[in-house]
Amino acid sequence: MKLNFQVEGGNFAKAGVASSEVKKVLKKLGVPPMVIRRIVVALYEAEVNIVAHAQQGIISVDVRHDKVEIELRDKGPGIGDISQAMQEGFSTASEEVRAMGFGAGMGLPNIKKNADELNIESKVGEGTTVHITNYFAKP
Amino acid sequence: MNQSNQLELHHAIKIAPDKCRACTHCLQVCPTEAIRIRNGKATIIPGRCVDCGECHRACPYHAFYVEQDDLSRIFDYKYRVALFPAVFVSQFPENISEEQIYSVLKQIGFTHTCEVEQPISVLIDSIKDFAQNEYDSESPIISSFCPATVRLIQVKYPALTDHLVLRNAPHDLAAWYVRQRLAEEGIDPSDAGIFYITPCAAKIAAVKSPVGEKKSIVDGIINMSEIYNQVMAKATGVTGNFHSCDCRNEISREGILWSLPEGEKAAFEGKSLSVDGMHNVIRILERLEDGDLPDIDFLELRACEEGCAGGIMMTGNRFLTADRQHSRAKNFPKAQSSVGMEDLAEKLRIAPVQPRPMVHLDTDMEKAFAKMEKARSIMCHLPGIDCGACGAPSCLALAEDMVRHEARMTDCIYIQQLWQKEGKISAEKAFRNLEKRWGENRFDMDCSKRGAKNDNGFGLMNEGEDADLY
Ligand code: SF4
Ligand code: SF4
Repeated sequence: MKLNFQVEGGNFAKAGVASSEVKKVLKKLGVPPMVIRRIVVALYEAEVNIVAHAQQGIISVDVRHDKVEIELRDKGPGIGDISQAMQEGFSTASEEVRAMGFGAGMGLPNIKKNADELNIESKVGEGTTVHITNYFAKP
Repeated sequence: MNQSNQLELHHAIKIAPDKCRACTHCLQVCPTEAIRIRNGKATIIPGRCVDCGECHRACPYHAFYVEQDDLSRIFDYKYRVALFPAVFVSQFPENISEEQIYSVLKQIGFTHTCEVEQPISVLIDSIKDFAQNEYDSESPIISSFCPATVRLIQVKYPALTDHLVLRNAPHDLAAWYVRQRLAEEGIDPSDAGIFYITPCAAKIAAVKSPVGEKKSIVDGIINMSEIYNQVMAKATGVTGNFHSCDCRNEISREGILWSLPEGEKAAFEGKSLSVDGMHNVIRILERLEDGDLPDIDFLELRACEEGCAGGIMMTGNRFLTADRQHSRAKNFPKAQSSVGMEDLAEKLRIAPVQPRPMVHLDTDMEKAFAKMEKARSIMCHLPGIDCGACGAPSCLALAEDMVRHEARMTDCIYIQQLWQKEGKISAEKAFRNLEKRWGENRFDMDCSKRGAKNDNGFGLMNEGEDADLY
């Protein structure tokens, strides 16, 4: 089952739409609550990242019988050094964005903590694509 | 398996079918989409109901009522204890004194009175102990004070049950406390009946089937609005024969404020957040689930706006009640230490609260998948008006009921209209379908409905019904 969402960069009022929709669907499917929680935290964080850093983005969520595959593609500044960005406390968020409580540098590490599989591709000046896969049962 | 795991939890919110006109107001406000119209009457899906009382508030025909015990039942006991929360006292107008309220309780037949928040220091220390020494998961810990929010978490936010404080609510504590005091007086426990006068249905439901607890400790539940009316009728005639008994001198400032917003928060040193009102509670729990709350140590939740001052059984206006409660609290000292009450503290512990997820489409995930896909296709046909005329709270809820085989396409009045136009169904058949959902003769002329020619207010009132002063 595929769910697609458009994300508007800079519009924090709408941040979280994708994660809340996905959450509803997973709950209705009866996916174990703790599994849902991890997926939602990772997705929400990634969604907010797009809002905070990029101009726009597309989230495609593929809900399978045993796992969820999420792709978040954005048009934005991209990430220069992914491994550096993975470290806790690192952030390129502007002062404004930080003042709103977003982009405190928890982003990528927190996604990593909650994703079973995480893959990030990025081109500086073009954008970033994040792949998150979480399984419903421990393999 | 403890009781909280059983699907058949006790519910205190009931519907009087003779009063229900299936006006659908309740459908829209229920936070767990627990209500459906069947055969022209609102019905509650038990597993989903969290006893929050939103439906009771929304019903213009007063068709919802709260199940309680008859006041006369107190006379089954030689000693009769009235256990009531501080909000009960604060809801009365200023011209009625605390002494008068206490006196009327005795006049009605209670031999002992106790405010539930009296031994609050035991609870404060116990919650602190839980936070510091027992809880080892992610912050925040969530207050388990309001049973409606506890049940909401079990049903709708099952992943968050781990955050709940594993301590009883003040009324349980107070009941144990009273038992102890009675024993000190040399009263045989079997001679004493403890009656809880509550502000809401959620507490009744909790008392009858406590979350994470085996058995309730109170002997009965008395309708607060009934007692309210009695106090209003009798208070003026009461003379000053009141004597300060029943450990009333143990009432504390913290205790009085406990059930109001920020009541628990005030006793908690870490960073805490207080949220009241069902829709606000839902928003904050959604954010917590998303991992989108800043670091908070303690989350205080109250299903009712202004906390228990806004409980559905309260007669007084919630803001005036809360205001009086704040003034009253100033007259009492700070809570004393709980040293020497360790045995009471032991009674406060409860077993972990189990999740009770109720929103899934099927217990088998494969089947749930198929059902969801089907529901999504059905949604392509439904009008998306969420009018409630099908008896479900929204088009999506109807689609999901359909895949659960609990509803049919023709329940949608627009689809019926369309099918008639397309000649797929006769007008006769369409009308019969409507009657199936809404009851026979439901569409006959009737001048007693709200706003019609012979509308006489709320129709027949329940005995002891609260006059809404919101
Ligand atoms: S008490 Fe609350 S949960 Fe139960 S049916 Fe009414 S509105 Fe729904
Ligand atoms: S806030 Fe108080 S009155 Fe309202 S449901 Fe919760 S416990 Fe009951």
